[in-house]
Amino acid sequence: MNAFPWLTTLGVVPLIGSIVVVLLPRTRPTLAKQVALAFSLVTLALLIVMALRFDGASTAPFQFVESQSWIPSFGISYSLGVDGIGLVLVALAVVLLPVVILAGWHEGDQGTGSIKGYFALVLVLETLMIGVFSATDVFLFYVFFEVMLIPTYFLIGRYGGPARAKAATKFLTYSLVGGLLMLASLIGLYVVSAQGSGTGTFDFLSLVGLEIDPATQKLLFLGFFIAFAIKAPLWPFHTWLPDAAQESQPGTAVLLIGVLDKVGTFGMIRYCLPIFPAASEFYAPVIIGMAFIGIFYGAYVALTQSDMKRLFAFSSLSHFGFIALGIFVFTSAGQSGSVVYMVAHGLSTAALFLTAGFLMARAGGSSKIDDYEGVNSVTPVLSGFFLFAALSTLALPGLVAFVGEFLVLLGTFQRYIWLGGVATLGIVIIAAYVLRLYQRSMTGPVKPSLVGMKDLRGREIAALAPIVALTLFLGLYPAPLLNVVNPAVQNVMTAVGMTDPAPSVVPVSEGSEQ
Amino acid sequence: MTTGAAVLAEGAASVQEVMPATGVFSWIWLLIALPALGAAVLLLGGRRTNTWGPIFAIVMVAGSAVLGIAMLLGMMALPAEERSIGQNAAQWVFVGAFKADLAFQLDQLSIAFVLLITIVGTLIHVYSLGYMAHDRDRRKFFGYLNLFVAAMLTLVLANNFLLLYVGWEGVGLASYLLIGFWLHKPSAAAAAKKAFIINRVGDVGLSLAIMVMFVTFGTVTFDQVFGAAGNANEGTLTAIGLLLLLAACGKSAQFPLQAWLLDAMEGPTPVSALIHAATMVTAGVYLIVRSNAIFDLTVWAAGAVIVIGLITMTMGAIIGSAKDDIKKSLAGSTMSQIGYMITAAGLGPIGYVFAIFHLLTHGVFKAGLFLGAGSVMHGMNDNVNMRRYGALRGVMTATFITFMAGYLAIIGIPPFAGFWSKDSIIHAAFEKHVVIGIIAMLVAGLTGFYMTRMVAMTFFGKARWEDGVHPHESPKVMTIPLWILAIGSTFMGVALLYWGNIESWLEPVTGFAEAPTPLPELAYGLITLAIVLVGVFIGWRTYAIREVPIEAPRGSVLTRAARAELYGNEVNEVLVVRPSFALSRSLTWFDTAWVDGTVMGLANTVGRISSGLRRTQTGFARSYALSMVGGAVLVALALVLVRI
Repeated sequence: MNAFPWLTTLGVVPLIGSIVVVLLPRTRPTLAKQVALAFSLVTLALLIVMALRFDGASTAPFQFVESQSWIPSFGISYSLGVDGIGLVLVALAVVLLPVVILAGWHEGDQGTGSIKGYFALVLVLETLMIGVFSATDVFLFYVFFEVMLIPTYFLIGRYGGPARAKAATKFLTYSLVGGLLMLASLIGLYVVSAQGSGTGTFDFLSLVGLEIDPATQKLLFLGFFIAFAIKAPLWPFHTWLPDAAQESQPGTAVLLIGVLDKVGTFGMIRYCLPIFPAASEFYAPVIIGMAFIGIFYGAYVALTQSDMKRLFAFSSLSHFGFIALGIFVFTSAGQSGSVVYMVAHGLSTAALFLTAGFLMARAGGSSKIDDYEGVNSVTPVLSGFFLFAALSTLALPGLVAFVGEFLVLLGTFQRYIWLGGVATLGIVIIAAYVLRLYQRSMTGPVKPSLVGMKDLRGREIAALAPIVALTLFLGLYPAPLLNVVNPAVQNVMTAVGMTDPAPSVVPVSEGSEQ
Repeated sequence: MTTGAAVLAEGAASVQEVMPATGVFSWIWLLIALPALGAAVLLLGGRRTNTWGPIFAIVMVAGSAVLGIAMLLGMMALPAEERSIGQNAAQWVFVGAFKADLAFQLDQLSIAFVLLITIVGTLIHVYSLGYMAHDRDRRKFFGYLNLFVAAMLTLVLANNFLLLYVGWEGVGLASYLLIGFWLHKPSAAAAAKKAFIINRVGDVGLSLAIMVMFVTFGTVTFDQVFGAAGNANEGTLTAIGLLLLLAACGKSAQFPLQAWLLDAMEGPTPVSALIHAATMVTAGVYLIVRSNAIFDLTVWAAGAVIVIGLITMTMGAIIGSAKDDIKKSLAGSTMSQIGYMITAAGLGPIGYVFAIFHLLTHGVFKAGLFLGAGSVMHGMNDNVNMRRYGALRGVMTATFITFMAGYLAIIGIPPFAGFWSKDSIIHAAFEKHVVIGIIAMLVAGLTGFYMTRMVAMTFFGKARWEDGVHPHESPKVMTIPLWILAIGSTFMGVALLYWGNIESWLEPVTGFAEAPTPLPELAYGLITLAIVLVGVFIGWRTYAIREVPIEAPRGSVLTRAARAELYGNEVNEVLVVRPSFALSRSLTWFDTAWVDGTVMGLANTVGRISSGLRRTQTGFARSYALSMVGGAVLVALALVLVRI
């Protein structure tokens, strides 16, 4: 049935890359970097070819499907496939990889690990990210979900800042707790499926078709959800994030917050909703409450942070609140908005962390905001990129983040007018903390210690330019995203048995009727 | 049709049918694309474009102006009912039933804005060649100006509220960049941030208005929303109207979101002229007039518009009367004049046309006044304190004469432009309610006072120049735009009213109606003129005949309050800023002490227990392995369960 194993190939290329990088002699660090970059670019090229073959009009739940039996006695198979949601998240990971490698050219130079080790880990992570977003067997998903922790743990723990060991430990502990809960639920799910049909299965589509009684759903749902709420993370499961962000290298932070954390929100919309529709509806008020608190909590805490990376982390907490909100209000605008938001947040996080990283690398590595002042006067190009990242974070209309944010708010408003109304106030606080950061670090008279700092160079601009271009392009023309995401969201809506509220007044069409 | 819910106000416009774009109108997108290209080339091109960049920017905006004029001529040749032209450039945001395209609508209202933006914009670009000649970031300045023009044109050409939002925020961004253009000045950076954040409060209004429209009508496209407005209940329409008003308050610096505009004078003066006087700050008026189909059906929202307009009109005039900084005094005046426009926009079909009429004349004469102020500053080593001016009429003749044209226009002396437009508003206000009319009339008197004060302190009286200041006239590149704007300030009122027939021109968009008033029309003009002259007299006596002290006297309670901008900043500080920071700090503490503290406490307890259990074992690979074992146990359990 399937001609070419696109997804496996896509995942294997960076894996081969990482093996090649490991085999390279330790004395040739630059070669390792070049090889890593080359492999990430080949993966990107493959992705582009694959994405162009994706049929947005197809009614099949997944495309590029492949399936091999793996552990038949447990109904576990190696099954891959993507819908629009999976595709855009795979694309996000694959697009950001070369960016991170290019931007993090010197990130492996510090720390206790070898230089080539850093790039090998990054490439392994790419393989796992592709896997986690394209697994259609829940057990396979779980494996990717858990194994991803290992390279991340080493990336933080070996290459991070002074308190890296503690941050990595905290990250791992949190994730392991979530992972164990998910494993318990996974097994429960298997048992339930076995009770229903006689043979247990981990196949996603079969599990979606299962009629699980609501009480069991409520129990099993929690295991998955808490794991995802730790990964995303949602308030109050977030306290690992500021530490991890602060101690990570900028490139690692981009992969961690920009892509890996999306596994959490992806998991909610992909697994929690369709497999446990009744439980999703049951818990929705609580989750919406958590998301809502997170939006304001994160934004307010970000307002007075004195450390840039921690500020970005709390900003992300706020943004994850928006994403989760959009998912659990059960409207197509909210859910499509959430998926667009995930992509947009990935891009804006990359722009923020990488630009800030370039800045810190020039000033002794400090991420304290007070160590910077008047940067714009010395390095206008860097400052320009920083401003762009800030505007992307505050979802300036015309940038892709606006599409996501507005749709989430609109979708929320459709279902809960007051909640949507109050959540919209978040846009003021976001602007306040982002522009305050810009004002404090980039404007005013130059701090004497920064005089003579060099502006961004070719490699750094080359890393940031694609992010800027994508942010702008998708902001003005989000159709490539929406065309693939909307049908997938429609499937989710059908699986949860939800429809959009209808307008209260039928418009008298004066213009062109659609 | 639904049962009689849709009782349109008398004289209200019906929604015009949108015609496909052909001929010259197929280039609507180019109006925006030209300045957008200019901005892209200058901002991305870097230092390479330093030499020819500013000229390129001027060519781009002038190109849009020429195209705009061609479109006006094309539109005049069309029958009145075919003057609303639509163009769909690309699909944009769509999900479920929601749909907003990159689509434009050029009609009688938007063409008026297109011309104002591009023509005044071109003049200000040219003026900036001289004004910014010695600034090392001149190219960036012109790039931002082009960006502004592109965004402002998007705002007025969008055919739906979401695309309007892009322009709305785009002009806000340009404003932010230009207020903070001299970023090394902390005051400029702070002012820029303040403007953006206060505007975001207004944006909340616009966002929510769009959402209410969508949940009500299922669409956010102008013609569809306005066409269906009559079917919605009044509560909903009032909500939409008030939310749009909130948006307008932000962008147009109306009470209670007015506090950013005076600080915005930190930007270079051409910016103050273009963005913070002539065009961007009037976007709120555009929004309300554009949405007339909504406001016509909701007495409450329209009434709120009037109240806000009256409050701001008065506040602005009071602030303008007390400031010694020439730009801030003009900024107060701008607030006040926009207050007039907003008030007019709240009057309904009797006022929309005059709101736009005044917006256009104000756009020209206020741009002239600001550029004139810039020319004065240019000659006075960038000093803005009018107490150190005086007697400049002899040394800066061109600036003086052109400034006087703007002066006579704004205080409303016939036949200068402002007389016709302001008088129309006052007249319409009396048609609505006598109290509105009286307030509008009295503020006209205040206008006479503060403008006379400004002119007297600057051009008349004795020279109070600082040592080493040698006032001189500005170069031609700056005075020629001044002359052009002065000619506009003089003749534009008559031209638009009698030659341009602005009432019937705009009627298909806004509707138009006249109601009987207690007195004949001429009487309002004469009474207003008398009140204005009283203001002029007081101003002249105090600031031209008497000596102006170099140090400002302490002044009365009202003067001190006016100097402090009626304590708007203090109110914001106490009600919003300080509580927000306090909340932020307490949440940060809560996060560390409680949220993280609880989790870490738990983890430490578990850690202590397990380290007690396995003293010799350390390291995380092991605990990971342990958890894998735990997982394996669970898998085994499952196996057993399934077998059972």
